[in-house]
Amino acid sequence: MAITYPHQHLLGIEGLSPAEITLLLDLAESYIALNRRADKKKDLLRGRTLINMFFESSTRTRTSFELAGKRLGADVINMSTSSSSIKKGETLIDTALTLNAMRPDVLVVRHPDSGAVRLLANHVACAIINGGDGSHEHPTQALLDALVIRRHRGRLDGLLVAICGDIMHSRVARSNIHLLTTMGARVRLVAPPTLLPAAIARMGVEVHHDMRSGLEGCDIVMMLRLQTERMQGAFVPSGREYFHFYGLTYDKLAKAKPDALIMHPGPMNRGVEIDSAVADDITRSVILEQVELGVAVRQACLEVLARNLPSLQHNQ
Amino acid sequence: MTVAATFASPDPKAPRPGRVAYINARLIDPESGLDAPGALLTEGRQIADLGPRLFADGVPEGIDVVDCWGHVLSPGLIDMHVHFREPGHEHKETLETGSRSAAAGGVTTVACMPNTDPVIDDVALVHFIERRARETAIVRIHPIAAITRGLKGAELAEMGMLKEAGAVAFSDDGLPVYDTLVMRRALSYSTAFDALVIQHAEDPKLSACGCMNEGETATRLGLPGIPNASEAIVVERDIRLAEITGGRYHVAHISTAEAVAAVREARARGVRVSAEAAPHHFVLNETAVGDYLTFAKMAPPLRSEADRQAIVEGLADGTVEAIATDHAPHDQDSKRLPFAHAANGVVGLETLVPLTLELVHARQLDLRRALAAVTSNPARLLGLDRGVLAKGRPADLTVIDIDRPWCIDAAQFQSKSKNSPFGGRAVRGRALRTVVGGRTVFALGG
Repeated sequence: MAITYPHQHLLGIEGLSPAEITLLLDLAESYIALNRRADKKKDLLRGRTLINMFFESSTRTRTSFELAGKRLGADVINMSTSSSSIKKGETLIDTALTLNAMRPDVLVVRHPDSGAVRLLANHVACAIINGGDGSHEHPTQALLDALVIRRHRGRLDGLLVAICGDIMHSRVARSNIHLLTTMGARVRLVAPPTLLPAAIARMGVEVHHDMRSGLEGCDIVMMLRLQTERMQGAFVPSGREYFHFYGLTYDKLAKAKPDALIMHPGPMNRGVEIDSAVADDITRSVILEQVELGVAVRQACLEVLARNLPSLQHNQ
Repeated sequence: MTVAATFASPDPKAPRPGRVAYINARLIDPESGLDAPGALLTEGRQIADLGPRLFADGVPEGIDVVDCWGHVLSPGLIDMHVHFREPGHEHKETLETGSRSAAAGGVTTVACMPNTDPVIDDVALVHFIERRARETAIVRIHPIAAITRGLKGAELAEMGMLKEAGAVAFSDDGLPVYDTLVMRRALSYSTAFDALVIQHAEDPKLSACGCMNEGETATRLGLPGIPNASEAIVVERDIRLAEITGGRYHVAHISTAEAVAAVREARARGVRVSAEAAPHHFVLNETAVGDYLTFAKMAPPLRSEADRQAIVEGLADGTVEAIATDHAPHDQDSKRLPFAHAANGVVGLETLVPLTLELVHARQLDLRRALAAVTSNPARLLGLDRGVLAKGRPADLTVIDIDRPWCIDAAQFQSKSKNSPFGGRAVRGRALRTVVGGRTVFALGG
């Protein structure tokens, strides 16, 4: 293969080249068909151990990684905060060293603190996939979003993408900004000023406080969830006011291109950031397709990381 | 002495006014700098024409004529800071009595503060004020909505929806927004709607139980004082917040030299900061408290003579853009108390013109700047299309005799409350006629 993925881990989108991103998307594409067959199994990861370490609750991401690992033949272990030693006072690094001693091949880590996944990566020998760290990055979500967009539009470069809502607390937004700008798309952020982090415009995006102007002419409308669990105090006065100005309704959507796609990383707060009817509009919303393609993207990520595992060469 | 005056009655269904010519006027439009003898024509609710040569050959038939006798014809005065006490304290003032007080003072538009009972922090209450104003008031009344729910200083009110409903600015006036993070969020959030955030700048911990300016007078009277730093600390903090958020920040009733200096310096750096001063703060100093005169008790308190002069300088150099009365009516029972227990506040609408003109007569402020501070400047701050003499704009006008000598008699006030420290003061200058939307709502002497 001409282009390879030269990294031990997948910790974030920032720093990946367009060629590396394209490689992951192309590979994911090949898994979509496989996942639609009755027999979804491959034995690419036979003998490998994948540990899902989730220090923060998750349904779709954890299940998605679990399915991806199992369909590739790996042994998959799920650990969540409630069943881990963290509650007993063990430090993150001690947990990493303990797990490392069990010789897993891939760790998927989600953690509420930004940078925690990188900290863990510094202390283990296996490959690590960032399953979302604080408000920093969620690389597999950005990849699956890109895959959905590419399948519908045939490309990423030149598209106008609006990312709307709680940018400040969103790792999905940051990973998507990196990916989309790297691939040549234009990104607009639409949010109240209190939900935009300082100097965000330095990330190469346009900032809009008015949703109608922000959606004008957009190819893609990406909605984010109001992350109330990450909020210290009130960033917006009320859900009612938020929906009035920043909730996606048909009225505001009319400003975007007529065939604009609606995306949402889930879980949705209906009536807060998105009108129920818009969310369920099968002609516009690709929200469930995002979930489906998430498995394919994670299979692709596991495959490229597994290729770089040193012991694989010894086995062959 | 009772001065004969006529008031229009509030009537939302009144027929559209016809054409009225205001002749022999000294036209002053602070915005354009116009100051010339001339005439002005209103047609319906708007200004149709104006200029030095208008009606030079006489007024055509069919047009009503108002002879201004050479007096000033100014854009209708705008007071961006009043308390009309409705809903909740109608025994002190109502939108109706407050509007009559405004009209008698030459004021055509007021913005009323939300510290009523209930607090104006909800769209339905903004609608209530607007409806009551339409039904009972004879001048234009715009609600200012709360920055935080219930003025509690914790959770932001629904600024976007409140502004859409008609709130012209936001303030927790009477109380400061003391929490730095809440203030940052308020200023930040306000930028999405270009809303003006008005701060009652006071550090409540530092003011503690103070009831007048900290200094020699307070010490002699044995009253706990409020230091200048109480205002300056909050203004300086908020300027930093306005700077990082880009919010539009306005200091209500500025009272100290330190705060004026901070605003001047911030404006020079391009921070979006403005300030208003109340007549009592630029006409009186702390000595007015005299022998425990509770009519001279207000928040912020009357300050030192040096502070008073600093405010006058701030008005003269444009640092302090607006003059606002902080019209704060109180019944007798709220003021007939030991000084420390008396309510804060003075009524101000009916003394606005003569007290402002005191600075003009003393040659400390030119007439154009003085009028700008009560017309075009507050209109711009509140985003109103008024405060100017120009074709097509609303026909809100005030005729002012800037020299007319009279003696202030609080008993004659149209306001329901008479709490003024200016009773008995000999002054010069008075509003003769107040016109709102082409209709005369107040005329002195007949």
